[in-house]
Amino acid sequence: MPKLSAKSATLLVLAALIAVTPFFFPSGYYYRVGALIFVNGLAVTGIVILTGYAGQISLGHAGFAGIGGYACALAPTHLGLHPSLAVVLGAAISAVLAWLVGRPILRLKGYYLAVATLGFGILVAMVLNNERALTGGPDGIAVPDLGLRGLLKDWGLELTNGQFWYFFCGLVLLAGAWIALNLHQSPTGRALRALHGSEIAARTVGVDVARLKLQAFVISAVYASVAGSLVALQNKFITPDVAGFMHSIEMVTMAVLGGAGSVLGAIFGAGVLTLLPQALTVLAEYEQLVLGLVMMLVMIFLRDGLLPSILRKLRGTGE
Amino acid sequence: MIKKTLTTTVPAALVALALASAASAEIRIGASVSATGPAAFLGDPEAKTLEMLVEDLNAKGGINGEEVALVLYDDGGDANKARTFATRLIEDDEVQAIIGGSTTGTSMAILSVAEDAEIPFISLAGAIDIIDPVKPYTFKTPHTDRMACQKIFEDMQKRGIAKIGMISGTDGFGASMQAQCKEVAGDYGIEIAADETYDPKDADMTAQLTKIKNAEGVQAVLNPGFGQGPSIVTRNYKQLAIDLPLYQSHGVASDGFIELAGKDAAEGVRLPGTALLVAELLPEGDAQKPVVTAYKAAFEERTKTPVGTFGGYAHDAFLILTDAITRAGSTEPEAIRDAIEATKGLAGTTGVYAFTPEDHLGLDLSAFRMLEIKGGEWTLVE
Repeated sequence: MPKLSAKSATLLVLAALIAVTPFFFPSGYYYRVGALIFVNGLAVTGIVILTGYAGQISLGHAGFAGIGGYACALAPTHLGLHPSLAVVLGAAISAVLAWLVGRPILRLKGYYLAVATLGFGILVAMVLNNERALTGGPDGIAVPDLGLRGLLKDWGLELTNGQFWYFFCGLVLLAGAWIALNLHQSPTGRALRALHGSEIAARTVGVDVARLKLQAFVISAVYASVAGSLVALQNKFITPDVAGFMHSIEMVTMAVLGGAGSVLGAIFGAGVLTLLPQALTVLAEYEQLVLGLVMMLVMIFLRDGLLPSILRKLRGTGE
Repeated sequence: MIKKTLTTTVPAALVALALASAASAEIRIGASVSATGPAAFLGDPEAKTLEMLVEDLNAKGGINGEEVALVLYDDGGDANKARTFATRLIEDDEVQAIIGGSTTGTSMAILSVAEDAEIPFISLAGAIDIIDPVKPYTFKTPHTDRMACQKIFEDMQKRGIAKIGMISGTDGFGASMQAQCKEVAGDYGIEIAADETYDPKDADMTAQLTKIKNAEGVQAVLNPGFGQGPSIVTRNYKQLAIDLPLYQSHGVASDGFIELAGKDAAEGVRLPGTALLVAELLPEGDAQKPVVTAYKAAFEERTKTPVGTFGGYAHDAFLILTDAITRAGSTEPEAIRDAIEATKGLAGTTGVYAFTPEDHLGLDLSAFRMLEIKGGEWTLVE
């Protein structure tokens, strides 16, 4: 039997999980949680490209999610665009902004990107909060319907709202994971991992370090933007929380917790951090405490992230 | 013989079982409030109020002999989380009605889930957008900013004031009320001659107040704002010795405001507040007096903190809901909805509610009491 490549194996596992788990859902609420995991997983896959492959840290990716989300709210009403095109527009704006922010910064070595993106994210959140006439301010703004569920219904495929978003977000996540995995094995991906290992070494062998870092940053911004758009379209309503600083931190935490170096690991991290708060509602005020404790323990004992560490233990190749 | 007993006893047992489960089928009420996070000042008293009211109700035997279960979640003020919890309440916890949405954002998120699932929802947030246009399953308890403006302008009209200056905070509350007041001022023949703003973090507003003072023919000043801003405005107002009536908003209707502004500076300040603030002052026979005093006593006894307007919103939502379920005699969401819409003359802490198919707020201007601060105490103007 021919051995599956790591890429096909990851995609197969992911597809199987998306297809099979609904059979075990006791109620429609689990579709919603699933869809949230997939959306977070998509944003975190972008973080894998930036942090896991290229070794750069961004503390402002929620800003891009905000741009993607508000594009879906504003472009259809003000520009008359179809919501699906608004997603594309949001991604394009995010890419351009990422390029503008990243171009001067990524020539430098060190923590400059983290600080610059931190400022960028807070800036986006401030604009969304204060431009009340356009964005509706802290109270949020309505987002038009994507219309795809109605279209499927006309074709004879009737899904509940929850089911539709579960499978739709699942498919987008699969596509996102596929692109990220392809990138991993491409010459660009190898060059990215090389510069992660040692920038100087990468440069000596002819890698254009600044350009590659910029590429990774722009791609990951597009991931966050599309994830933001999916949240907005799914909720049919959006508030500036989506661009909040805590959301940026959440994305990085999900990636690091699950294992920033692997796509499946990061998605696993997104799953854990999306499920935990739902499971911990019984503990009410201790929720934050338990969350913090779990993260500390993972960082101390499973430093590569949950999934890679567990897999290694299973294969029996621990250090 | 054995066969015969089986055929009779088994169905009988089944019927008994079905009846038993029907009798113990409790009433399930869901709630998602912002007990933590930036909106905790709203959600925390709301959560405490709901927990208290459910315990009291069950101690008294529940509704129509059935126990009430409260499923309470903390959405932290995040609309995305609020939507998830609303989905969970409806799909997983199978509640018959939802209370919550401490903020406008979370309320709008819950609203669309509740409307889709046709589950009655009573919001605790201020914005008029929640019930305008009217949605079949959505109701709300707090009065709107527009009503506060109208109440203030009504009082100004009585005093013969026709030209005013406004100084508003740029926070969500202040900005929203500023816009609403400007919209309705014309209806009361009031002209806004000066319109100034301040940042909620500003420590001095004398510059803006001096401008208003120097504006031609201003007869009174209105300050829509929330938090510490209005107390600073009030102190600066006194320092500048502006000798015009000062109106504050319902956003500062609490004892904390008098403390922050100082007894002297606050003297003569008027604002629209709820009956809850002046529970002791209400005349005997006032429809709201019994409910307001009872809630105040119970809440302060249980939490050892002063009662506030926001907890009162949750109190009223719970009251409207339990009253509707009692009258409906059913836990069918459709029946509960119809009963809520038929609510008439129900006295809550915020006002006396009367819903109609066209009005899902159910309050009029009488819900606000015009209060004046005299000698560091609240007094009723009317």
